[in-house]
Amino acid sequence: MIKKSSIVYGFSLSITGFLIAALLNALIPITADVEITEYSVAGITVDINSTYRAVLIVLSAIFLVSGLISLKDHDKWKKYVKGAPIRFASGIALLVWDILGTKWQLLPQPFFPGPAGIVEAFLIEPQFVLENTLYSLRLYAAGFALGVVFGVGTGILVGWFPKVYYWVTPVLKVTGVIPAVAWMPFALTLLPTPFAAAVFLIVICVWFPVTSLTSQGIKSTPKVQFEAARTLGSNTLDLVFRVAVPHALPQIFTGISTANAFAFTTLVMAEMMGQPGGLGYYINLSKVWSAYYKVFAAIVVMAVLFSFITAILERVEKYALRWQKGLVR
Amino acid sequence: MAEQIEKEDYILKIKNLRRIYKDDDGADVEALEDVSLNVKRGEFISIIGASGCGKTTLLRSIAGLDKPDSGSIVMDDHKITKPDPERGYVFQQGGLFNWLTVEQNIAYGLKTRKIYKEKKSEVPKYIELVGLNGFEDSYPYQISGGMAQRVAIARTLINDPKMLLLDEPMGALDSFTRADIQDKLLELHKFNGITMVLVTHDIDEAIYLSDRIVIMTPRPGKISNIIEVNIPHPRQRGEAEFLAMRRKLLQEFDLATAHPEPEYNI
Ligand SMILES: Nc1ncnc2c1ncn2[C@@H]1O[C@H](COP(=O)(O)OP(=O)(O)OP(=O)(O)O)[C@@H](O)[C@H]1O
Ligand SMILES: [Mg+2]
Repeated sequence: MIKKSSIVYGFSLSITGFLIAALLNALIPITADVEITEYSVAGITVDINSTYRAVLIVLSAIFLVSGLISLKDHDKWKKYVKGAPIRFASGIALLVWDILGTKWQLLPQPFFPGPAGIVEAFLIEPQFVLENTLYSLRLYAAGFALGVVFGVGTGILVGWFPKVYYWVTPVLKVTGVIPAVAWMPFALTLLPTPFAAAVFLIVICVWFPVTSLTSQGIKSTPKVQFEAARTLGSNTLDLVFRVAVPHALPQIFTGISTANAFAFTTLVMAEMMGQPGGLGYYINLSKVWSAYYKVFAAIVVMAVLFSFITAILERVEKYALRWQKGLVR
Repeated sequence: MAEQIEKEDYILKIKNLRRIYKDDDGADVEALEDVSLNVKRGEFISIIGASGCGKTTLLRSIAGLDKPDSGSIVMDDHKITKPDPERGYVFQQGGLFNWLTVEQNIAYGLKTRKIYKEKKSEVPKYIELVGLNGFEDSYPYQISGGMAQRVAIARTLINDPKMLLLDEPMGALDSFTRADIQDKLLELHKFNGITMVLVTHDIDEAIYLSDRIVIMTPRPGKISNIIEVNIPHPRQRGEAEFLAMRRKLLQEFDLATAHPEPEYNI
């Protein structure tokens, strides 16, 4: 079913880029004048280069396995093959960056360390990086979850009751355009802990888009659907929760994914403005010591973490909206 | 004579119904003017008439979805003021819940009336009844228009209604699917004894299905005539009695619409 040439093409491009990067990292000597520190991880002595190579090999192993899994399904394989050139190019880009940043150090230092240099942050203080990552994650989870709950709740009220719509919409319009972090000084003084203050800001920034899209979705429910439900025996509560809310789900999810992006921004900014932890805090702290490789390390963690969260949300959305035409391939 | 009519078992008594809408300019539109109609228990009644003569308004009033300005509708001694599952309503289209599967759409009435647990086993029966086995887990966007209307019929039937109100339920369907659903309706009418009130544009459909045909005229909307169809079932669309009835209805129509001058197309 799947052609042999396609298999060779898909796998070789997906894997070799990273393997070449790893190989050349081992072969090309470091000509710049830097000392390479050795660390002990779980009893094994490693340095930044061997760890970096391990990361590259793990990456190619991940793409090998995901390729093997996608071989079972024709469409999935097509998607995998489509991504193959990008994977190869990423490997080569890492290679070039490695040479310019670490091997020859042609990039201005210490602002632009090589990829292996960034790895050093995880070797020096893995515990600290993890703690800050978890702090960010907790902050995000608390703020985002509360924001969505409040947003959907308010959205239902605004969408259902014309009176609420009349009085709340202007408030939403005005507060909605204010970036949430502008409330930081108030939040910090009025709320008991910095954590609570940051949660409050994330709630605010999530609340606005979720509320307005939920209310739009509720309001746009066709009359015939309510009438059908009434002739089938629904009371008002069921008209809201069995008809209007499910009908509004697509819009609710649009609101949620917009809010998600806002939440990341607010999260990092709040952390940079007075939190005792978090990736934003870690960036600030590292900047003071001119440890730019740590700044990059935090950015890499953010990229991975936020992509992961976004991917999960997309999965949830796809499942919840599986009834929508055109959403399923 | 009048006494005799009173003795009939009427499920529905509509008396002096009047409904006035305001159009965009604020002028009155008399959608229904003094409509009176009695529907016998277990009867199949069709309402036909030109566009805008108030068929939908009348049907919605019976359903309790629309409030008349004056007059009354009484079903089994209860004045109709709001919708009730004992009167099922099948919309022309768009009534299904897109987020529910075929099975969930059919089970909706049980769930919203909080009797799903006890009556769960009913659901497959109604799926079977409308011939949708194998499509239980399909979503509305995945099924054809004819199947969607069968789902719409099944989900009203699961509430065990005394009466089914159908507003051009086959208007958007091709003729094969129409014939299919028409037979399904006849079957339901025959075996379950449900009173049917059908709004249609199609004279043949009305003759094929009904015991009586109510003819309405527009501006103001009112009943111009009621015609009994005494052809035994199964009716054949080609046979003489059918064609005679057709001719009679068409004649009625010409009278009902009362063209000042006949129009000829060359
Ligand atoms: N919600 C409304 N607001 C204003 N006017 C209305 C409304 N509903 C119906 N009308 C008017 O009342 C009259 C009767 O409408 P109705 O929908 O009952 O006609 P109908 O016989 O069902 O027509 P059709 O065959 O086109 O469906 C029409 O003139 C229509 O314009
Ligand atoms: Mg109509």
